[in-house]
Amino acid sequence: MSSQDIPEENLPAEQVDEHGHGAVALADETNPFADPGLPPHEHRIQDIDERAAKRSERVVAMLFTLSMLATVGFIASYVAIPRDKSIFVFPLGHISALNFALGMTLGVALFAIGAGAVHWARTLMSDVEIADQRHPIEAEPEVKAKVLADFKEGAKESALGRRKLIRNTMFGALALFPLSGVMLLRDLGPLPGTKLRHTLWSKGKLLVNMNTNEPLRASDVAVGSLTFAKPEGLEEHDEDFQLQIAKAALMIVRLQPENIKDKRELAWSHEGIVAYSKICTHVGCPISLYEQQTHHVLCPCHQSTFDLSDGARVIFGPAGHALPQLRIGVNEQGYLEALGDFEEPVGPAFWERG
Amino acid sequence: MKKLSARRRHPLAAVVVLLLALAATGGLYAAFAPASKAQADTTAQSLAIDEGKKLFSVGCASCHGTGGQGSSDGPSLVGVGAAAVDFQVGTGRMPAQQPGAQIARKKVIYSQAEIDQLAAYIASLGAGPTIPTKSQVSPEGADIAKGGELFRTNCAQCHNFTGKGGALTHGKFAPSLEGVDPKHIYEAMQTGPQNMPSFPDTTLSEKNKKDIIAYLNAVNGDDTESPGGLELGGLGPVSEGLFGWIFGLGALVAVAVWVAARTAKAKKS
Repeated sequence: MSSQDIPEENLPAEQVDEHGHGAVALADETNPFADPGLPPHEHRIQDIDERAAKRSERVVAMLFTLSMLATVGFIASYVAIPRDKSIFVFPLGHISALNFALGMTLGVALFAIGAGAVHWARTLMSDVEIADQRHPIEAEPEVKAKVLADFKEGAKESALGRRKLIRNTMFGALALFPLSGVMLLRDLGPLPGTKLRHTLWSKGKLLVNMNTNEPLRASDVAVGSLTFAKPEGLEEHDEDFQLQIAKAALMIVRLQPENIKDKRELAWSHEGIVAYSKICTHVGCPISLYEQQTHHVLCPCHQSTFDLSDGARVIFGPAGHALPQLRIGVNEQGYLEALGDFEEPVGPAFWERG
Repeated sequence: MKKLSARRRHPLAAVVVLLLALAATGGLYAAFAPASKAQADTTAQSLAIDEGKKLFSVGCASCHGTGGQGSSDGPSLVGVGAAAVDFQVGTGRMPAQQPGAQIARKKVIYSQAEIDQLAAYIASLGAGPTIPTKSQVSPEGADIAKGGELFRTNCAQCHNFTGKGGALTHGKFAPSLEGVDPKHIYEAMQTGPQNMPSFPDTTLSEKNKKDIIAYLNAVNGDDTESPGGLELGGLGPVSEGLFGWIFGLGALVAVAVWVAARTAKAKKS
């Protein structure tokens, strides 16, 4: 296709008009934005020189062959390289030889297909621009008339207006069907009830060290130390372990009693040992970045900071409540025990929390 | 014999008998005394304490007080134990360059012998955790999987999942545990340096500490394998996402621009 095939009106406006040489071409009154049309087509070297075209062909074929070789390499390395073999590759470090080989061959195979296709399209396929004219969207009047006539004919034949029983039952069926979808919404419930307000902790439950799975003695907990505890009787293999520990997780720290500023905190502690919920009151991240000199606890998710020496008051960040404290004491054998459940719901606030 | 018995009333006889008795007692004591080695040890120990005291007076007393009792510039060292000294001085944190949010690791100033003398002096001020032995900190025979579990429960919140470290409040940070001597990791758990809480043997047993060291050795040691490669600091989704967006998408955009921008025409315009 050459410029001769382009319709007359799409050709570039003539630069030299009747009014004089060198004047800026002014479009006529009726069509102020004349379509300048397509620029004249220029040939690529491959269009002129057959040897260049052959060269391009060889390059494309070489890329596709490279892709084939890489695929063969992928299969070969999958079969040949043991899974635990490790090699050192300079910027990547000690990596799995299998991962490296599979990734490289797969990457090369796909990239070579793409690069070959791009090179083929750019150098050998026709690059002549073609204009395709738009057609008006509106249908022809005869077509419109026929469609309307067909519709009316169909409506008459269906007798929907005459057989009212069919029409009404059909409307009923269509109206009722979406109800089955609405019913399924019930599975969003039931409401949690009081589940959010209670944890496994209750009076007399021992505090069990998460590291050793043994009950904690008051004498085990040193000033400045950090220990995590779960309620007695909750084992990691229990079916609802995750559900329960998500509410009951505790962090145990020991402060010098004279450093505790909050009176209630002091009263609920045992010789400076305080037990706080490990669940952030913002959105419930496990929070235990404890700084033993400042007594601050930082939440890693949104940087809420709590002061454990002052009733776990929020001193920074988006959390809305102090961390709930668990009231603890010791039993006759010297083991730490809970003196009840948390007084307030642990974790993030919810609508009915109050 | 007659001569000897004849002289028993001699004025010097009592002196001679006394000398003989003394010599015998001394000889017997020298022959049977069990304590010759122990005596040397105590001497060496008290010598180390003396030397440590001298080093302390020069390098530490300006902040920690002349008797290690502490001052407004530094905490009391009574009862911190030899392990705390070995950690603080052995990692170069002490002597501190300047007060600040956190005293960072730097070049170690004292030799190990001097550190041991300082530690001996501080340990003499009050009982505290001792420097762990080689076998206590060796990862041999430890349970790496259990160590990983313990690390994630107790340490990962600050030091990240494989001990790469992380930020805390007001300029404080949990340092990376890469390349840290297992002995110092053990001492840090035991003594809780600076703002790190301690994990004493009563709540995290000796065996547990060994497991944690073995885990760190497996995931963060010199020969640690990273099967995927290019772990981008091991910091997790932040650095990985940033890399993906900038370099992954960036490379795609660059290739697309390159393909479209280079003309294939014979006559370049």
